[in-house]
Amino acid sequence: MSDVLAVAEQREGALRKVSSEVVTGARRLADALAARVEALVVAAGPVQGADQLGGFGADKVITLANPAFGRYAPEGYARVIADRARAGGYRAVVFAASAAGRDLAPRVAARLGVALAQDITDVTVEGGAVTVMHPVYAGKALLKLKLTATPAVVSLRPNVFTPVQRPKAGAAEIVPVDAAAGRVVVTGIKAAAGALDVAEASIVISGGRGLKEPANFKVLEALAAAFGGRAAVGASRAVVDAGWRPHADQVGQTGKTVSPTLYIAVGISGAIQHLAGMRTSKVIVAINKDKDAPIFKVADYGVVGDLFEVVPKLTEEIRKLHG
Amino acid sequence: MKIAVCVKRVPDSETRVKIASDGKSLDEAGVKFILNPYDEFAVEEALRRREQAGTGEVVVVSLGPAAAQETIRTALAMGADRGVLLQTDRIPADGLEVAKALAAELTNGGYDLVLFGRMAIDDYNHQVGPMVAELLDLPCVTAVAHLDIAGQRGSAEREIEGGVEIVEFPLPAVLTTDKGLNEPRYPALKGIMAAKKKPLEVKPTTPAAGGLEVVAMTPPPQRKEGKVVGEGPAAVPELLRLLREEAKVL
Ligand SMILES: Cc1cc2nc3c(=O)[nH]c(=O)nc-3n(C[C@H](O)[C@H](O)[C@H](O)COP(=O)(O)OP(=O)(O)OC[C@H]3O[C@@H](n4cnc5c(N)ncnc54)[C@H](O)[C@@H]3O)c2cc1C
Ligand SMILES: Nc1ncnc2c1ncn2[C@@H]1O[C@H](COP(=O)(O)O)[C@@H](O)[C@H]1O
Repeated sequence: MSDVLAVAEQREGALRKVSSEVVTGARRLADALAARVEALVVAAGPVQGADQLGGFGADKVITLANPAFGRYAPEGYARVIADRARAGGYRAVVFAASAAGRDLAPRVAARLGVALAQDITDVTVEGGAVTVMHPVYAGKALLKLKLTATPAVVSLRPNVFTPVQRPKAGAAEIVPVDAAAGRVVVTGIKAAAGALDVAEASIVISGGRGLKEPANFKVLEALAAAFGGRAAVGASRAVVDAGWRPHADQVGQTGKTVSPTLYIAVGISGAIQHLAGMRTSKVIVAINKDKDAPIFKVADYGVVGDLFEVVPKLTEEIRKLHG
Repeated sequence: MKIAVCVKRVPDSETRVKIASDGKSLDEAGVKFILNPYDEFAVEEALRRREQAGTGEVVVVSLGPAAAQETIRTALAMGADRGVLLQTDRIPADGLEVAKALAAELTNGGYDLVLFGRMAIDDYNHQVGPMVAELLDLPCVTAVAHLDIAGQRGSAEREIEGGVEIVEFPLPAVLTTDKGLNEPRYPALKGIMAAKKKPLEVKPTTPAAGGLEVVAMTPPPQRKEGKVVGEGPAAVPELLRLLREEAKVL
């Protein structure tokens, strides 16, 4: 067998959005290998949305179920996924480079004794070998890497593998597994104020020092709201260090790497360390009153002007569009 | 408390990346190297834990070239007790091989904690810590931004999408540290002088190449020259038209 195993992700019994990206990436790889895709979910029981993975190209959707697996359990998840991967003789195992995926993929790779290419932005097959692109040096260079061991274990940078509809059977199977008590236990989750994470939102609107004071971020929040729940508000390090916004919202070299469909930089100069976190966005818009700000060098579209005039106008127009 | 901290020598984040003539690696000419910033959080945390316990030892381990002695000395200047350099001219691209070399040094070391950075800022791999934990069969929590330890039990917080996960674990354990855990101290002059006399053992090491082969290193794809749509709020309708019709993102 030479199938591709796509490890999907759930939280509280609902499938997470990155799962469709993982299956899309796995499908692309499987097509190049003339292989099938098995999507794998680890959960307490049936997961809402798992039946839709067939739509993105999963030939089969397997849920490894145990009541103890409702919440992420690092050791238990790693063990059942590694066992499955070993038994199935897969050619490749694909994770999301999400908080959980980045934690889980190295554990599974180590258990299997094979290399891991983490946080990749492209995957192909060249001369029979799984070959990937992986950004290094804060996005200042790209490494092309060949994985020579089997299975090839990779994790996909969120938001890069845009989900593509590729209907396959997606036959569902629930497999009960045992869950030996792990030593590492997730005892709770504190939810952040803005539920949508900048690393996962398809639209990110980031504010910088040009916002002048923390209260003015309401201007960006209004714009985000106008997009109807698809947008998150991010921040430059300057405003995070000033305590205006939480570190979780920081975009850049020492913050998060984001690749949304649309990135709007407002009152941000565009320092190299900020660019490191957002330069792979599909479309970049910059709003800045300084026409020479470096952000305009990477922006697809720029508006030179006072953000306090431009952003409210933009919000109004977006509302009309969605209203 | 006996604590090991694994540290990596990495190019400074301000480095202008120039690709070497082999087309596969960084041209190191003129590059300044530093202690990986995430590893500074790990060193700081180890020092605080030792200070709180009032007794113990902080051992710094690095796999790298002879020049990584300087990196280890930086951690010793912060206050670590001794260092071990697993000396090799080539750090393999495969993180598992790095993990194997480190695990071989750490095994049977009797450590209560083995600390790593969340990631190295050169390779962005986020993997060596949890791999070492698997190889040593130790419990592991990654990207720790808050830590409490009472006796042989620990509680950590780690950032996940849209929230913070609370994780409990027994000691001995492997942890990888994230920004926010602490504010690393600067080595004082006294520390820098003292570090010169602290023990630093050099052990020649030959890690295997492993299962990751570098085919090429390339500059990031250039973004095509953008355009300034206009000035002030008057430019907004045209911006929206372009986003809808040209970029097709709305
Ligand atoms: C090791 C290291 C790591 C770093 N990591 C990060 C990181 O992860 N993320 C990050 O963002 N930075 C990072 N930085 C900091 C970075 O170098 C910059 O200092 C920072 O990004 C600047 O933030 P800013 O653009 O908000 O502020 P500024 O550079 O001060 O820019 C403010 C901008 O707002 C514009 N402006 C002002 N008023 C208005 C108005 N009314 N309307 C429109 N525009 C206006 C100005 O023209 C200016 O361009 C890092 C730096 C170092 C050394
Ligand atoms: N060559 C190395 N020597 C010692 N520690 C390392 C080395 N490479 C990585 N590490 C440790 O592993 C962490 C994660 O690195 P990485 O998986 O490469 O992103 C780093 O922050 C270090 O603590």
